[in-house]
Amino acid sequence: MSAQELGNEIYTLRVNGQSHPVQDAWIGESLLYVLRERLGLPGAKGACEQGECGSCTVVMDSQAVCSCLVMAAAAVDTEILTVEGLGENGSLTDIQQAFLAAGGVQCGFCTPGFIVAVHHLLDSNPEPSEDQIRESLSGNICRCTGYGRILEAVKIVISKRDAS
Amino acid sequence: MTTTHPTNTSTRAGTLGTNAYRPDGVAKVQGGFAFSSDMWSENMLWGATLRSPHPYAKIISIDDSAALAIDGVECVVTAQDVPGNPYYGLIMSDQPVFAAIGDTVRYCGEPIAAVAADHPETCKRALAAIKVVYEILTPVTNPQDCVSGIAPQIHPQGNVYRHQRIITGDQSIVGDVIVEGTYEIGMQDQAFLGLESALAIPDSGGEGLELYVATQWLHEDRKQIAACLNIPEDKIRLVLGGVGGAFGAREDISLQVHTCLLALKSGRPVRISYGREESFYGHVHRHPATIWMRHHADRNGKILKIESTMLFDGGAYCSTSPAVLINAITHTQGPYKCDTASVEGWAVRTNNPPCGAMRGFGVVQACFAHESQMEKLSVALGLSPVEIRLRNVMETGDRLITGQIMDSVAPVEQCIRETDAIAMPEPLLPNADIRQIPGGTGLTAQPGNIVRGVGWGVSMKNLMYSEGFDDYSTARCRMTDGVVSLKFATSEVGQGFTMLAQQIARTILGVNEVLLDTIDTQVGSAGSTSASRQTWMSGGAVKAACEKVLEDLFDHAALTFELSRDHVRIEETDIVDILSGRRIAVSEASKGVNLDRTEEYHHPPTEDLDENGQGNCHVAFAFVAHRAVVDVDVELGLVKVVQIATAQDVGRILNPISVQGQVEGGIAQGLGLAVMEEIIVKDGKVRNPSFTDYLLPTFLDAPLVEMVLIEEFEPKSPLGAKGVGEPPCISVTPAIANAIRNATGRELPRVPIRPYDICL
Amino acid sequence: MVEVNLHGRQPQTVISLRHVEELHEWSYRQTQQTVTIGSAVPYSVMETGKIAELVPALAQAARTVGSPQIRAAGTLGGNLGTCSPAGDSLPVLSALNAVIHLIGPQGTRDVAWGEFMLGVKKNALGSGEFVHSITVPVIQGWQGYAKVGTRNAMVIATASACLVRDTEEGLISIALGSVGPTIIRCSQAEKWLRKTNSLRAGAQINADLAVEFGRRVSDEATPIDDHRSTAAYRRHCVAILAQRLLVRSLA
Repeated sequence: MSAQELGNEIYTLRVNGQSHPVQDAWIGESLLYVLRERLGLPGAKGACEQGECGSCTVVMDSQAVCSCLVMAAAAVDTEILTVEGLGENGSLTDIQQAFLAAGGVQCGFCTPGFIVAVHHLLDSNPEPSEDQIRESLSGNICRCTGYGRILEAVKIVISKRDAS
Repeated sequence: MTTTHPTNTSTRAGTLGTNAYRPDGVAKVQGGFAFSSDMWSENMLWGATLRSPHPYAKIISIDDSAALAIDGVECVVTAQDVPGNPYYGLIMSDQPVFAAIGDTVRYCGEPIAAVAADHPETCKRALAAIKVVYEILTPVTNPQDCVSGIAPQIHPQGNVYRHQRIITGDQSIVGDVIVEGTYEIGMQDQAFLGLESALAIPDSGGEGLELYVATQWLHEDRKQIAACLNIPEDKIRLVLGGVGGAFGAREDISLQVHTCLLALKSGRPVRISYGREESFYGHVHRHPATIWMRHHADRNGKILKIESTMLFDGGAYCSTSPAVLINAITHTQGPYKCDTASVEGWAVRTNNPPCGAMRGFGVVQACFAHESQMEKLSVALGLSPVEIRLRNVMETGDRLITGQIMDSVAPVEQCIRETDAIAMPEPLLPNADIRQIPGGTGLTAQPGNIVRGVGWGVSMKNLMYSEGFDDYSTARCRMTDGVVSLKFATSEVGQGFTMLAQQIARTILGVNEVLLDTIDTQVGSAGSTSASRQTWMSGGAVKAACEKVLEDLFDHAALTFELSRDHVRIEETDIVDILSGRRIAVSEASKGVNLDRTEEYHHPPTEDLDENGQGNCHVAFAFVAHRAVVDVDVELGLVKVVQIATAQDVGRILNPISVQGQVEGGIAQGLGLAVMEEIIVKDGKVRNPSFTDYLLPTFLDAPLVEMVLIEEFEPKSPLGAKGVGEPPCISVTPAIANAIRNATGRELPRVPIRPYDICL
Repeated sequence: MVEVNLHGRQPQTVISLRHVEELHEWSYRQTQQTVTIGSAVPYSVMETGKIAELVPALAQAARTVGSPQIRAAGTLGGNLGTCSPAGDSLPVLSALNAVIHLIGPQGTRDVAWGEFMLGVKKNALGSGEFVHSITVPVIQGWQGYAKVGTRNAMVIATASACLVRDTEEGLISIALGSVGPTIIRCSQAEKWLRKTNSLRAGAQINADLAVEFGRRVSDEATPIDDHRSTAAYRRHCVAILAQRLLVRSLA
């Protein structure tokens, strides 16, 4: 059962505004696997394989989802946004900057998933309350920070956006 | 966050005392940082491990022919492919690389074989095709049976890892007030997010290899790998792959040797990346423990004597069990004065999952017991939780139960008083948002169902390695034409050492740009990123190397610019001759100069304990107090931790936000142990090896943390700082337990406290 | 996908329903006072807005499903296809006497909730059939859902309950999750409560009656011990949840 024999699916994914052909894929591959191992986009991370940690969060057709739970071949014809698609020309978004300034990054493994989830949160609700922030991010597990610095980062972004 | 002293004397960005930016920060927020699981190589194969489904069984046969017949499978390795030492281990070389035919597997999940193939799915199918015939044996799962000697010996090296007692003082003393209890601590998992992963690339000549791996201690890994592979250490280069958290779980070998064996046999690069379930089997956990303690106090509440027995279940292989046990028994007294003690500790081998290092390293277990006892003393004497502790606080100069004199800064009283001074949270309002109530959006409760409780925990934690271990760290500093670069083998696991190293170099050498060389084994050992030791140890080594380079630079500058050699110093980014007042920019003085120094830092030596547990076994200590406020749905047993107030003894603050992050993160892990985190093992089998069933605190479980950092320069520490990583997670667990006890009136002798412990 | 990631499922052929629009839609039929929800409508849609006003217990249950990311992708079709007793939406479908519309090679058919779930992960779906949509009535009266788990978010139900009080019919229905091989509809407790006559409009409920109702509800549960909790705790939970939901329904 070599990789060739596992499958020979051919499809195209739209990721970060670009079309990415996928060839000779096994039908059972998750979107997370295909992004990381076939498309060279390792920003989404795998840490549980069952939607319980949020490290693999990507935005699919304006919804934040766990890419480990999406069958890649079923993501054809959707618009996918990963952490690599944030920030223009390699610049940091205000959310990424705030994570750095507030100390929201330690080991950094949960960080890409959090960054995508926070972008999605503030796009859909620009001024969430603290309770709303906590609930909206409750699907993203962080083992290092205890969430305090991440909460601070989100609050910094909200107040800076308010001020401007 | 507040601090007791101003933290910063320099305003220059990125120096010691400032909130420097992490050198890995930008890559981490952009998703470009290369964790070990992101490593990739041309022509790479995937590796996977076959594990025993039985906790104790004899291997009769292994047939890998069906696996090898699968197209895409490159090779299979088993015990007979191990060319060198078939065992490994940090303290005792007792753990097989693979369980061999004729030998036994000793825990559920023990590796038997590994495969390399062209796709992860092919690997899965190959593992399923390997036929292993077992003769199933009855597992030893009750650690008490190893103490009493009724368990059959399950390993040639016996069922007892260590038995040690501590006896000191007049044992005939009887207190006016006596309280006792038997406490249980469940098996906690480190649950780092970045799963185990390694990429091995064989040398073209076939003699050696390169291994990219997420680990806590590159050189120790290399030593054990070399012995197993029977290859000289200098033929193996270990490079730190990006580490997604560690917390003790990466101190032992997991997939290192397997990955190397597959790469050497196939002649191709091989990466093994564990999934979450395999990770639960692949690394050691926090020891479950049963601790009996009896405190004798006089009627004023002064502790007169402590008696204790501690039983730690080390599981199938030794790992660091003996050291964990010593940490536990030597912290029996906690941060309190005590002249008389009788403690007996056991760490034993069973067919349960192997246990070893986790943040707090034995002290977590001891602290849960002694702080539960302090709660009982407080009730028995009618003293407040604060008062009973204040009447016993340890001070610098006190003699510990091991006979060692406390020569660290020991601001225990200040920790308690500062914590006590932190404002209590607002009461739960009748119209509180559902997310602030235990049970949350499950809509189980309304504010009227909730009872609030307050509890305390205070702890002492040793820093660095103990018991005579020659613990050192190495760093190299180069200054080449004004460019400073640092090299060390210190594992950056997320704690921010790479940032700290830059801060040290900027401060000492008066430069702004500091380059970091690859973290690998091309420089001396840095020791392990554990035991709250790297800021002190590798920080000490970087400081020493930078200072040597600075001396060389001064020599050069004094000659070149005719400065008074004995009167030059660094001020900001200049060399200043304080006699003449002349200033030369470091950038100017270092032009065309090549300086290169490698230094080792060793901490002061320690001693083994004698048969009565006496000896100067620890290097230094740090202290912390926690006050927990919890809301409890008493009828359903659901808990929400509302606020943790804490004051921590941190020495000099080198990076305020980093300290804050360590404190908050440690508190979340201690909260996990208090109310939700436990690996459930029944009949030797893990019942919940997933994040669906091993629950970690979420954003909605994290409490408000109010902290005071007690900043007092620690004279013994090279930078004046104490390690801050472990203390936050230690006494917060009993503080939360005591708060739940306060709310419910129940004894609750075990953690994690399950809902049914509260309401049934 | 979890089955593939973790449990060795090896799919050969996969049919994507992403473009079958009718599965992604929901509708309110005012004349019949029913809501019909396509099997691919995600929980995040049910949490708020009009659908939450019409079927509030479903909105409450939807909000407890997994994480926000799961709720953006998870559907009633998924809960019904899996048919785990811990499926968060299922007690609501039971208490509301939902009708499940199936479609398959033989055409379409409607199955009442009571005939749909047959056991742990067993349902009435025939070979090649899948869930098209689900119809629930819009009830005049109170409805509510509650779920016990050991952390404050993203948790599988240790026990759950949905209580619906139909003031027009003078009926209370209650269904339990995670305390038996199927969702348990507590018909004995419902019957007992009707006999007490306490469901008349304006009736006051005393605490003893609520406690007794909880006790009778828990008698109908058949929970087990497992790694997530104990049978005794689960039984206790549904008693407390039933008691609290009843009090809320009459408040």
